[in-house]
Amino acid sequence: MLGIHQIYGRRRVQLNIILPLLCRYYYASRTDNMLSTNVKTLRKTRNTPSRPVTVARLYSSNKHNSKVPKVPTWEPLGEDRIPSLPQVSSDLVDKLERLALVDFRTKEGLVCLERAIRQLFLRGDTVTEGDCAEKLLPLSNTTVEEYFVAPPGNIPLPRREERASMLKHSEF
Amino acid sequence: MPGNRWALRYCGNMLSLTIKEVSLALREGKISPLELCRKCLKRIKKTQHLNAYITVTEELALKQAEEAESRLLQGVYQGILDGIPFAVKDNFCTENIRTTCASRMLKDFLPPYNATVVQKLLDQGAVLVGKTNMDEFAMGSGSTDGVFGPVRNPWSYAAPYREQSGGAEDDSEWVITGGSSGGSGAAVTSLTSFLALGSDTGGSTRNPGALCGAVALKPTYGLLSRHGLIPLVNSMDVPGIVTRSTSDAAIVLEVLQGRDLKDSTTVQSPTSHAGFSEDFDVRNLCVGIPKEYHAPGLSQETLAQWSRLADLLEGAGARVREVSLPHTQHSIVCYHVLCCAEVASNMARFDGLEYGHRSTEDSSTDAMYAASRHEGFNAVVRGRILSGNFFLLQQNYERYFLKAQQVRRLIAEDFEHAFSAGVDVLLTPTTLSDAASYSHFIQADNRTRSTQEDVFTQPANLAGLPAVSVPTALSSRGLPIGLQLIGPAFQDGMLLSVAHWIEQRVGFPSISNYEVPNK
Repeated sequence: MLGIHQIYGRRRVQLNIILPLLCRYYYASRTDNMLSTNVKTLRKTRNTPSRPVTVARLYSSNKHNSKVPKVPTWEPLGEDRIPSLPQVSSDLVDKLERLALVDFRTKEGLVCLERAIRQLFLRGDTVTEGDCAEKLLPLSNTTVEEYFVAPPGNIPLPRREERASMLKHSEF
Repeated sequence: MPGNRWALRYCGNMLSLTIKEVSLALREGKISPLELCRKCLKRIKKTQHLNAYITVTEELALKQAEEAESRLLQGVYQGILDGIPFAVKDNFCTENIRTTCASRMLKDFLPPYNATVVQKLLDQGAVLVGKTNMDEFAMGSGSTDGVFGPVRNPWSYAAPYREQSGGAEDDSEWVITGGSSGGSGAAVTSLTSFLALGSDTGGSTRNPGALCGAVALKPTYGLLSRHGLIPLVNSMDVPGIVTRSTSDAAIVLEVLQGRDLKDSTTVQSPTSHAGFSEDFDVRNLCVGIPKEYHAPGLSQETLAQWSRLADLLEGAGARVREVSLPHTQHSIVCYHVLCCAEVASNMARFDGLEYGHRSTEDSSTDAMYAASRHEGFNAVVRGRILSGNFFLLQQNYERYFLKAQQVRRLIAEDFEHAFSAGVDVLLTPTTLSDAASYSHFIQADNRTRSTQEDVFTQPANLAGLPAVSVPTALSSRGLPIGLQLIGPAFQDGMLLSVAHWIEQRVGFPSISNYEVPNK
């Protein structure tokens, strides 16, 4: 009989080649029964005649605590709920490699990274707004041509006693 | 003729209709958008003593109403909000329309753009009648501390309150609207607009909603865009919706929700959650009553309403049970620390240089900044900025700011535990009591009042959860009492459905019942 780890091992290899890993990490409960699929796989490889194989028979026959979920509880995420794969340019890869001082020159590493960041909603890194100086300058009290004008800097705020009188003379 | 009689009967009460009803009336030609707009503007003038509006956008409103009218005549129909007058709290940016946050700092500020939620309403054809009054920079729970003066509760002038206060013409005992979105609460319940936007950071929409007798929704954090909402506390602010009925709130929520590229804290609501339904079966509902929400100072009448609603739900087959949210008592302090810390950061942008009030003091940059901020901000704002800076000092950071973050996590987890234990919705009071008179309210300072008044509302902001206040009855003083429902994140639709069920059964009266109809 094939051990459980062998069954899973075989399945994992298939997934790497054919399907994004991510989809299969999200996993259903009663309805989408991976174990029954596994059972079918088991039957095919062993070439035995069909017979009903229940979940319980794949594991030991000891009693199962009712509080502990009997089957994996993750729900499958349909492709439509996962944002599309962002493009990771080679420039970005270079930058990441230099920051982290690790390399992932192999294609697999790149694919791994893309899947990891797929989870986030990311908008395109394009400038969509701006160039509105003529709208913003009128909002200011004191401008000269296209500059906001400030009093001289690098002068520390006066001491507390002097501050009080400075504020007293102001409008309110 | 039936048509005319219908028109006569409704004209007087047209302004007291819900969005659904008036939208139908518009589409059936029973009233035109221009007439409706004019009625609202006329009523705003008539209710000027309430001080609900800082800016009335009369010309713009009439222009928008004309456009709505021509669309209707052509049979081109923008949606259910087409031609409906609405008001917006004055901390939402409105293009070329003064946006002041009720502060001297922004007294003459004309934003060059519309806030996303405002733009969405305008795109639906709604008609903006004005910007509503508030506490300065949304700091307060009374709408009494804005630079344009306090807002008065419309129920101060309705028969129930006047009669029990002796029926005198004496104007001095008027009551507050609550805050900080008091102007929005007053605008909707004085029938000058059909919906209003508020902001809700610690209860600023639900509080005036309860005290003014309106439906006030605080959506799940991230559901509505904050782009264009001048921020108070980035991690807690949400745009709030004030309407006269739960169905109206659901309509507006549907229009406003959605991811906005200009606000990276928005998310798309998961489609798996149930939307609003007017036929919710409460036999499927489990209602939690958090025992910690009987806080010191809760009035007997509000307590009685709380019990009444619990009985109502239980009697109809809902499961009602007591739950515990053990960290509730600490949430107001936690809120205060985090609020001040974020305020200190958010108010730093107001230095008089690029926009806003600028002092004539010009001896140095720092002096100019200090003077502008001294002149532009009132004492409440300055106080919170100073407190926030204190909490963020290196020697205090861990003890106050980080600790508050940890307590916030505990408070959010309290809710999570309750909801994952089978509770669908929590039922609590919204405020400690009905509206206080202005003379009584101002006897304590803003910070004290906020600490008292926000106690039931701010935990939902800390946890980012949706909450709605529903008016349930008039108190013995003739003033509205509202109760609050809090739901799990993104269950705004279900929350409103339960609120609708309650609304249908409590029989809260319309203010128009107590007024002489308009001509």
